[in-house]
Amino acid sequence: MLEVALRHQFGAQGFSLEIAFSAPDVGVTALFGPSGCGKSTILAAVAGLLRPQEGRIRLDDAVLLDTARRIFVAPERRRCAVVFQEARLFPHLSVETNLRYGLRRAPRDAEGPGFDEVVALLGIAPLLARRPSLLSGGERQRVALGRALLARPRLLLMDEPLASLDTARRGEVLPFLARLRDAARIPILYVTHALDEVDALANRLVLIEAGRVLADGPVEELAARTDLPLAARRDAGSLIACTIVAHDASRGLTRLGFAGGAFLVPLRSEAPGTTARIRLRARDLAVATEEPRGISTQNILSATLLDISDATTAHEVFLRLKVGPTAMLARVTRDSVARLGLVPGMALWAVVKAVTFDHAGAQPGEAHSAEATALGSLAVDG
Amino acid sequence: MHFGLSGDEWQAVRLSLDVAARSVFVSLIPAVAVAWILVRCRFPGRTLLDALVLLPMVVPPVVVGWGLLMLFGVRGPIGAPLNDWFGVRLVFTTEGAALATAVMSFPLIVRSVRLSLENVDLGLEAAARTLGAGPIDRFFTITLPLMSPGILAGAVTAFAAGLGEFGAVITFASNIPGETQTLPLAIYSATQSPGGEATAGRLALVSFTLAISGLLLAELIARRMHLLLGRG
Repeated sequence: MLEVALRHQFGAQGFSLEIAFSAPDVGVTALFGPSGCGKSTILAAVAGLLRPQEGRIRLDDAVLLDTARRIFVAPERRRCAVVFQEARLFPHLSVETNLRYGLRRAPRDAEGPGFDEVVALLGIAPLLARRPSLLSGGERQRVALGRALLARPRLLLMDEPLASLDTARRGEVLPFLARLRDAARIPILYVTHALDEVDALANRLVLIEAGRVLADGPVEELAARTDLPLAARRDAGSLIACTIVAHDASRGLTRLGFAGGAFLVPLRSEAPGTTARIRLRARDLAVATEEPRGISTQNILSATLLDISDATTAHEVFLRLKVGPTAMLARVTRDSVARLGLVPGMALWAVVKAVTFDHAGAQPGEAHSAEATALGSLAVDG
Repeated sequence: MHFGLSGDEWQAVRLSLDVAARSVFVSLIPAVAVAWILVRCRFPGRTLLDALVLLPMVVPPVVVGWGLLMLFGVRGPIGAPLNDWFGVRLVFTTEGAALATAVMSFPLIVRSVRLSLENVDLGLEAAARTLGAGPIDRFFTITLPLMSPGILAGAVTAFAAGLGEFGAVITFASNIPGETQTLPLAIYSATQSPGGEATAGRLALVSFTLAISGLLLAELIARRMHLLLGRG
């Protein structure tokens, strides 16, 4: 368990940070917010690279920072490895020596995956003898991930590790991040302003705005809330945990099961049985008061309307639906609500086109590399 | 192979190489330390230290030689104890010539090291820190290798410049053949004696060749090192 409470003021009139949150023992806690909201500052403070004016940081039973008790553990003794936005590989050392840099300095009794295991996990064996300057951006970031993990840290800190990469390179690195998350049995603090990375990787979400924590909780829970800035995004919607049930190659469809029903979506690459997290955008979901017939839409689900809440635009609202135990959001106009006479408790039909899952946020779609194909969807939730 | 040089002329060439090498040997580590302090530390008096380091570049070399004479002379505040307690005399010796040369080339090394240190990405040191490297560890495994092009280039430039140091050497160490008479001093003596034009010409050519080779070598080292560090 990582517990963080910080207060820091940059200059007399400058940006002020005042936050508190905690992260569980395993899994990814994403610090999400617009640029300049202070999320990287938080990460730097946890790493020890920034000394906040006031604060307390505790990792399990180790106090890393406590300004009240004048405790400040130096970054080199915190065992919090950082993956920076720009890989920061040491240019004068080979990839292998870079990877071993942290490993050589880790305490003898520190547990963690071995060198060969990490090299295989990240697919960097062919790069070992090379110099960092000869690597592509994606390769560099994979080596940086390996170097951090091999330092046998108690906590992994990632500061927008994909932000400096183009879309193709991100698609190449994301699956490795997912694998690393599953291999590292330590908490990971992941700073990002890309929602698809949150969808693909995070278990918990800490929403940050202007130096304050707006909300904090499981990703699915926060995604389904309509009172957060997340709801104003074009891709606002619910995250649904699904399992690949079966593929129908001749129809080009995959059946995704979730608690309370199933979706038919365009053919996916994962093996049946794997789990995947799907973002169902509120704007892609329509409702009908009678079961629609003679319609191309593949997914017509029986649902109950739970409540109606304001959307960010004046003429639209969010409908919260329940399909079995699974909650979903639909964004419709006020006019539709009036026309159909929608009231909470009503039985409805939720209508979702199969192809709307194509964007699927984190899915690579046309896989950019052999590894990505082999790994299947980025949203695979180990 | 004597390239048409006489024994005395060879002696001057050898002595020059010897003095220049010793001067670099003496000033290298302090120069790296001073460059590091100037780049990485913020303290009152930093500007003063900066100016002090550059002083030998702007003050006439004769004045530097005179200053050394005052400090390190047998009755000087440093020279006297050195002489009385350790029996070390610097004035009018090869060691003295090396010291004068070292003082003169010190700013050259500091400048070169400083430039390369300013280019070392602090982010890399921070990365090393989060991977468990303490301050000394970081300096030797990250900072020093990354600034080594500047150190090497500075050392070679200082060596090449040291071969030709005149004013400070002749003032502090005098012009004693075989002892302190380096190349430029030998050339000077040759031009002062009747019929010395041929000697002066030959030595001037040697001096020119050495200086050019030194500069080319410094450039070559810097380029190779940058390639090696992936900054091609």
